[in-house]
Order: sequence, then structure tokens, then C-alpha cells
Amino acid sequence: MKIKNVMLASAAIAALAGTVQAENVLKWGANRDIGSLDPYSFGDSFTINVLNHVYEGLVRYSRDLKIEPALAESWEILDDQITWRFKLREGVTFHNGNPFTAEDVVASLTRVSDETSPLKGNLPAYVSSSVVDEYTVDITLNGTYPLLLNDLTNIHIFDKEWMTENDALMPTDAGAGTEGYATYNANGTGPFIVESRQPDAKTVFVVNPDWWDEPQHNLDKIELTPVNSAATRVAALLSGEISFTNDAPVQDLPRLTAAPNVKVLEGVDLRTVMIGFPFRDTLTNGEPNPFKEKAAREALYKAIDLDLIQQKVMRGKSRTAGATIAPPIPGYVEALDTVPGYDAEASKALLAEAGVPEGMEFEFNCLSDGLVNEEQFCQAIASMWSRIGLSPKLDVAPRAVQSPKRTNGKTDVYTLGWATLPLLDSYSPLLQIFHSKTGNAGVFNWGGWSYPELDALIDAAGQELDLEARLALQTEALQMVKDETIMIPLHQQPMAWAVTEEVTEMPLFPDAKPRLWFAKMGGGS
Amino acid sequence: MEKTVSLPPQSGAVRPTWLDRMRDSDLWYSFRSHPSAIFSAVLLLLVAFTAALAPLITPQNPYDLAALELWNSEIPPVWEEGGQWPYLLGTDTQGRDILSAVLYGSRISLIIGFASVLLALAVGLSLGLVAGYFGGWIDNVIMRVGDVLLSMPFILIAILITAIATASLPMGLKDVLAAPILIFAIAVPSWVQYARTVRASAMVETKKEYVQAARLIRVKSWRVMLHHILPNCLTPILVAATLNFGLAILSEATLSFLGVGMPPDQPSLGTLIRIGNQYLFSGLWWIVVFPSIQLCLIVLSVNMIGDWLRDALNPKLR
Amino acid sequence: MIAFLLKRTANAVFVMLAVALLAFVIFRFFGDPVEMMVNEQASLQDRIELRERLGLNDGFVTQYTRFVTNAVQGDFGVSYRNQQDVMVLIKERFPATFELVLVATVISLVVGIPAGVITAVYRDSRLADMLQLGSIIGVSLPSFVVGILLILAFSVSLGWLPAFGRGETVDIGWWSTGLLTPSGRAALVLPAVSLSTFQVTLVMRLVRAEMLETLRADYIKFARARGVPTRRVQWRHALRNCLMPVITLTGMQIGNLIAFALVTETVFQWPGMGMLFIQAVTFVDLPVMAAYLLIVSFIFVALNTLVDITYAWVDPRLRDDSARGNG
Repeated sequence: MKIKNVMLASAAIAALAGTVQAENVLKWGANRDIGSLDPYSFGDSFTINVLNHVYEGLVRYSRDLKIEPALAESWEILDDQITWRFKLREGVTFHNGNPFTAEDVVASLTRVSDETSPLKGNLPAYVSSSVVDEYTVDITLNGTYPLLLNDLTNIHIFDKEWMTENDALMPTDAGAGTEGYATYNANGTGPFIVESRQPDAKTVFVVNPDWWDEPQHNLDKIELTPVNSAATRVAALLSGEISFTNDAPVQDLPRLTAAPNVKVLEGVDLRTVMIGFPFRDTLTNGEPNPFKEKAAREALYKAIDLDLIQQKVMRGKSRTAGATIAPPIPGYVEALDTVPGYDAEASKALLAEAGVPEGMEFEFNCLSDGLVNEEQFCQAIASMWSRIGLSPKLDVAPRAVQSPKRTNGKTDVYTLGWATLPLLDSYSPLLQIFHSKTGNAGVFNWGGWSYPELDALIDAAGQELDLEARLALQTEALQMVKDETIMIPLHQQPMAWAVTEEVTEMPLFPDAKPRLWFAKMGGGS
Repeated sequence: MEKTVSLPPQSGAVRPTWLDRMRDSDLWYSFRSHPSAIFSAVLLLLVAFTAALAPLITPQNPYDLAALELWNSEIPPVWEEGGQWPYLLGTDTQGRDILSAVLYGSRISLIIGFASVLLALAVGLSLGLVAGYFGGWIDNVIMRVGDVLLSMPFILIAILITAIATASLPMGLKDVLAAPILIFAIAVPSWVQYARTVRASAMVETKKEYVQAARLIRVKSWRVMLHHILPNCLTPILVAATLNFGLAILSEATLSFLGVGMPPDQPSLGTLIRIGNQYLFSGLWWIVVFPSIQLCLIVLSVNMIGDWLRDALNPKLR
Repeated sequence: MIAFLLKRTANAVFVMLAVALLAFVIFRFFGDPVEMMVNEQASLQDRIELRERLGLNDGFVTQYTRFVTNAVQGDFGVSYRNQQDVMVLIKERFPATFELVLVATVISLVVGIPAGVITAVYRDSRLADMLQLGSIIGVSLPSFVVGILLILAFSVSLGWLPAFGRGETVDIGWWSTGLLTPSGRAALVLPAVSLSTFQVTLVMRLVRAEMLETLRADYIKFARARGVPTRRVQWRHALRNCLMPVITLTGMQIGNLIAFALVTETVFQWPGMGMLFIQAVTFVDLPVMAAYLLIVSFIFVALNTLVDITYAWVDPRLRDDSARGNG
């Protein structure tokens, strides 16, 4: 009798709550969709960031971006210096109920490092892994390597049994014409479970009630909808059709701030925006390439009025940069962060010194779907270069069109944004951008430069296990990059998120990664 | 060799061309009694005139990157608070004067519209004549190609052509060729209509005795054909061409709006609207509003003239 | 009749084969899928291997034959971007576009036919003049400007209707419909109105022209002379006569509407086939682009052929191909 009453009462409460607000649904309007539900099938930070809500790594970044245990509870480096032993967390289950064990870790690492995996470069030092016991795993590397934990934050762990059942042990291979089961199904250990997905339209995540960690969020559901147009995103936010966006257009911030139902969260991204030069013998139009001369590169640097761009194009929201990395990144020292200053006359003199002909044409390659206000700052810079007597040909197109040109050296001057993810360390740009193109190094060395001394410094840093010594090497390398003006750093770009008033807590991170497991909504009242 | 062939008797001495008919004042009368037609014509002339003279009358060359001053960006129109001369309609986010950009943009829109109609007319008329005159496999090939083109929606063909061209051209050529590519992309799906009209007319004419006779004595009957066929189908073609002119301007704007048309450093009206659309909620309404108004006015006046022309030239509706 | 039917069908098949060839030629030379598929950190070796595996190094004829054979079986391969069967993607998106086009078509008929009749019957009235002016403004306004205006007015200023998306949908089998939920219907209003502006004016102009012609016809004059009420003559007899061309136009325009929906879908972020296509263009997702072009052309050709055959069935004189003017 009593029980029945309680049940009735709770049913009534539930019904009442249902009419007011059944649950906390975070409607997330992103500027683009994730590429797949398989974090290993697509080498793309946004996709990996979103899927981190579903899948987790052995370690993770904490709320203050320190590496902390996640699926692994502890780790140690064995005596041979190249084997790392991880003690796994017990009692964790995947969304389908399977227990998490060492077998899963080995299967996942095998999958991500497979020859056909597009993400194998994210684990550059990995050689093999083996099961020690049910909750212990050994990972063997190709040498001493200081940044394995940073790499592992982004290596998501799959369920071996689930992969075996669904023939997904190997990475999805679009080239072989196969659909991967994991591309549109997901089974992780994370705080949210994928409920449904329609590519480019809507992906729904529901809360995982059996998550191993104490939830710091109170969301019941996340609906991720891509809204490409900036104006539509703003309209949708103002009318409450979406409750969160991780890309509020900088130019609309005053309007959003003024709106009573919207809260704007601003910060500066770790991403440093740079301009790169070609170092080949000729430009794409066949003319001799003057940018091999340091004077010509400096001339272009001095011709850019960074303050004007900061004020007008970035609306005072960016941080003008002198270094190629942001201040919080290890390896940064203030001495790196000086700006030569805008001086058109000096710039013209340098051009003359480098023997650059008047009205010289060169391509300036920018993305229409890349960095914050990229199209606008590229236009502004092109017009500044026009004013010192050059003829830059602005080439703005989607990343899809520009990437091949950039990687194949079929363009001249280009933009590049680098956030040092997931390492959060200056080793990342040094290895991937400034190192000469050899093996896994210099993948983003699109200009084709090669400084043997610089390479030596970077290689030494990659083997150095002592943090202080390593950072000193890296700082020295960065100073060399700066002295040679290999690239022009412009700014750390602004980051602007916006939420409607129902969202009460949404921590902003300098790596621009939304971590909704820290988000709270004030619904239900 | 004497090329002219004696004219068939039925055409007689007086051959009224459409110019004659115009002087005959039926059309002229109709024009004068249609205020909307007069209004549109005046408006269009005004737009064409200011667009043609844009380099002389605008305060700035919006296509010259060195002339843009970022300090002067986002100035509102002069009548708004913060507006300043000479930026009558304000400036965009790059410091580009909107009035100058609108006039230069109109120039691009009009040129692309006009050139694509001309190209389609030239191709359509010649292919239609060839098909109708020779018949046989030539006719078959031309008309089949036309069938294939008409079996794909207009906008789709235009998007594909521009997208492919922009993706595959080297940078140096891309800037120069942006307008020609658009002209081509819009002309490709639209020549078929003219070709079909002319072909039908040519086929009727070809069956007539004088052409048959001319063929027998191996005289080139081209000129005669032209004299007979063209006047017969001029009315529908003129009306179609006028309406297609409006459609071509709209297509150019649509392609540029979708981002596969004119590049942002040589903005057409569609490009300006695309750029302005990003600032719809930022209070920079003038970037999107003025190009939109201009675009609508141009297309509206072209369509009004086309409509009037169709009604005026249609004997049934007189 | 059977000969005509065969001829029309053969013609349609030929046209589709040509479109397929065109699609293939175009897509083979557009962009580089390899760069889109690999990780930014992939080595040159990875890229070369992937190119080989995708068959992008094979000869032209080999690749084309493979393309056509697969397309006929409804196999357009796997989307480079979503790594999902293209046919599945299109099937998911088709209902959204279809419902949008359907509602836009209904709007165009419901608004266009009465407007056309009014402008024809009350030729010189002020109302007719207004409608005529409205129609010409309708064809002159670019549909993206209409869309932007509608969003500004009804979503941002008034807050009555949503600015993007489809709202909630209900699944009936594989078909997801937005017509059964209030939010789905609300989301449909602005895009459908925006897409229909051009079509409304087309229908209206056609009805007006046909009505004007019919009203001159002898039998209408006789009917009037016999004392049948004018209104009845106009709305029943004359209008009925105009319906066939209107149905024809509507049928033949559906292909165009589907294609034009890509502009509307871009403005309203409508998750239909058009947006899939535009996104495919951005990401050089060749299989999706090929499939879209072929499917839209197929709908287009199929409807046109159907209309032709119906016409010939209704009016045997039209079976002689050459006598047909422009449709």
C-alpha cells in the first residue's frame, strides 16, 4: 500500500517534470559536423574532440589541463627506458556492458597504429604493446621519448570483443570501398553514449549512467547539429534553437553580449596563426623565388600592421604574437615574443636589398573554412603588401581545395594555424613544421626549408627525458626559427563560445576543446 | 561569283524587318503607353550608365587592393551616426566603399549577363541553323547534346562548371578568368533553347522550293536562308534573350553567393551579398542591403522590359 | 504507341548514359580525394598507396566502366568524407528535400492558380495589376535574398518560425518525415515559401496565358452566349482547360526545384540532398557529387519522359516527334 503510494507520487512528479522540462538537453550548434563516429578513421581534431565524450584514453587532461589518470590508474617507465607499464582502472565497463581490460588496450593500440590507420602519426614512437595481466599493459617505444602521455590523451580505447564481433578490428578503409561498423556505431567507456546519428544533420548523445567517474555535469542529452553559416548560428542562438556554440562569430559578439538570454564566453586560443614562405628555387609562376632571402621575408613581415589587424579584423580579441607558440606552451620564453613593428619604408628598402622586382606577383594561399576571420585578415594583409609595391594573388578556397596545393608545394605564401595539440608542447611545431622533411618529421614543412642545425636541436630535444634540458633545447630552436623569419607569427586567435541562459556552467579551455562533461544546465526548475 | 540569288516572289519588294515594324510605331506606341516599361528602361539605362562610368565617378577603385585602407572599414552610410564622406553608402570590413563596390559589381553582373546571353545566342543560332539546314547526323548530334544538357538542371551545370574550373586553374589565371568562366558556365545550358527555335524555323524553310532549287544548282543558299529564317524567329528569340538576360544575372549572383562565382577581391553583387550575409547580425546591415537592392532593381527592370516586349510582340494579346 | 514508347525510353536511356559519362569525366578531373582522406600526418608513401588502392591510377576506360556498372546497380561507392555508403546517405537526405519540394509545389499551385485566373479574368483591375507586379517581383528576387529576408523578419525580429533545420522528425520505415510534428511543420514554412516564390510566378503566368487564350475560344463564347453564368464559365470550363499544361509544367519543374533547393537548403541549413551536394563540393567528396548529379538528372529525365508519354497518349497527333515545340 505504502509502496504503491510512493510510486504514484513519483509518477506524478515525473509527469509534472515532464511537462516543465524532462531533462537537460544541451543543443550544440557547431560550425561543422564530425567526420565519423570512428575517432581513428579521420585525422581531424574536431572529430576527435567530440568523440572524446564517448571514448576515453588511458590518460586525460584535467580541468586545469594537467595530465591525469583516466582508464589507466598509474604508470611507470621500466628499466630499459623504452617500455612503459600502465596499471589499468578496474570495474570500468563499455556502453554495451563489456568490461574494460588489458586486451582492449592492446587491440586499440594495434588498430590505431596499423599501416592503414590515418592516425598512426599521432603515436609516432609506438612500437608494440602486450598484456601483462588482466589490468596491466606494457607499451614499447622506439627509444626514449618524453611525450608518450601527451600522445595517449588522444588515443581512444575501443572494446576488443565489440570490434571482433563487428569486423572492426582494423581501421575503416574507405579506399578499399568498405564501410566500417565503427564509422556509424560507437561503443566507448565515456560519459556519453551515442543514441543516433545522421551525418551533417544531427548526432544525439545521452548520458552514460554507469560512467566510472563521478560526473561533474548534469546533462541528460547532447544534440550536436552542424550550422555552417555564422549568421544562422547567431540567429539560432538568439531564438534559443541552440543552447551552445563553440564558434560564436567574433563580429557578432557585441550583439550576442547585449542579448538578455545569451552569455558569451571569450578567451584566447592556444592556436598561433602564422604565415609561411616558400623556399623552393622558383615561385609557382616560374619566376625566381626571392623569399629564399631573409631580407625579402623580413620585408613582408615589416609591411604587416599587426596592431591594425588586431583592432579591426580581430576586433581587439586576438593576442598579437611575436613567437610561433603561445605563452602557456612549455618552451615559451618572453624574449621570443617580440614584434619588429610596422614600417613600410624599411620594408621597401629591404625589398630593394633582396632585389625583389617592383610589382612582383606571388600566390597567397588562404582557407575559407580555416582560422578565425581568415578570409578577412588575408585580404587585409594582401592589401598591405600591395602598398609596398607587390602584387599578391589572393587564393581563398576551402581546405579541401587548398590542402593538396599546400602539401605538394604548389603555392607560394600561405597561412597556418598551430595549437600544438594534443601535445601542448613546443616540440609539436618544431617537429612537424620547422624540422626538415624527413620521415615522420616536417610533415607541415610546406615551404621546404632545411636548416641542419635546427634539425639537430629538435632531434636532441626528442630524446631528452629531462624536462628543463629539453625545454632549453626547444627554446633555442624557436629562437633560431625567429631569427631566420621562417614564418611570420601574427596572433593567437580569439576563441568565443556562447551559451543561452539555461546553461549555467561551461568551462572554456585554451585548447578550444569543448569538454561538456564539465557543463551544467539550470533546467528542471 | 554572284552570290545573291533571286528572291522568291512571296517575299516581295517590301520586307518588313522588326526594325521597320518598330519605326512603324506599334511597338513604340506600346512602349510609350507602358509606364512600367519606361520606368524600367530608364532605370536600366541609369544603372548601365553609372556602371560603365564607375571608374570615373566612384571615390575608390574597389578592386585595387592598395587603395583599401583598413582604418576606414565598417563606416556606416553618411546619414547614420559615424558616417563620413566620401563613403556615401558606408564601407565594408576591408574599407571598401560600398557605393563603388556596388557600381563595379553591377558592371560585372551586367557584363556577365550580357556576354553570356550573347555567347548563348551566337552558339545557339549557329548550331540551330546548321542542324536545321543540314539535318541528318549533324542535326542528330547537336540536338542530342542539347537533350543531354537540358536533362540536367541549369543551376547544377553552372555550379559544376565553375567549381571545376576554379579548382583546376592555376592561381594567376583564376583571377583573370573568373568572369569568362561564369559567362561560359551560364551560356552552356542556355544555348539549346535558341537552337531549337531556329532549327524548327530552318527546317520549315529548308523544305521550301527556293532552297531546294538553290541546292540543286549548287548555289549557296545561306544568305537567303538567313534572310528568311532569322526574321521569322526573331520575336521569340528576342523575348527569350531579354528574359534570359535577367536569368543570367540572377544565376551569376546565385553562383557568387554560393561561393563558386566571382572572388572576394573582385566582388560582384552576389559576392557582396555573400560577404555581407556574414554580418547580418553585427549591425553592418549596409554591406548586404545595398547590393541586394541594386541586384533586385536590375533584374526587376530587365524582366519588366522582357515582359512588356513579350506582350507587345504577341499579336494575340494586342 | 508502343513504338513511340520504346523510342522515348531509348532516348531517355541514351541521355542518362551521356550524363553518366559527363559526370564521370567531370569528377575524375576535379580535386584530389587522397588529400581529403589522409591524416595531415600521413607520409608521401601513405598517399601513393592510398591512390593505388582507390584505383585512381587506373586507365580512363577502366575507371569509367567501373563507374557506370556500379551506378546502374545503385552503388555509388563510399563517401570519402563520411565513409558511409553514398546510397544510404542520399536515402537519408532524400525525404527532407522531397518534403520541401512537395510543399513548395503545393504552395505554388494553391497560390499560383487563383492568382493566374484573377489576372486573366479581371485583366485591367487594380488587383490584377498588383498581382502582375507581384509576379514580376517574384521572378526577379534572388531566392537567397528572399531566404535571408524571411529569416530576418520571421525568425530574428518576430521569433515566430525557426531559422534553420528540420525540427523534430518521425521515422516511418526509412522515411523520416517532419510533417507529423509541430516543430517539423514550423521548420518547413520558411524554406518552402522561399523555394516556391519562383514557381508561384511560373504557375500564375502560365495560367494567365492559358486562360486568356481559352477565354477567346469559340466554345467559351458560345457558353456565354447560351447564358451560362460568367463566373461558372471562367472558373469551371476555362480553368479546367488550363489544368493540363499546369500539371505538365509542375511535373517538369520538379527536377528543377530539387536542384534549386540546394540554394534554399544552404540558406536554411536544411538537411537535404542539396546541402549534401554543396558540402560534397566543398570537401571534394566525388562519389556523393556523382550520385547527386545522376539521381537529380534521372528524376528530371524520368519525369520529362513520363510527361511526353502521357501527352502522346492523350493526344496522338503529338507522337510525331518533330512537331513538338518547346515544352
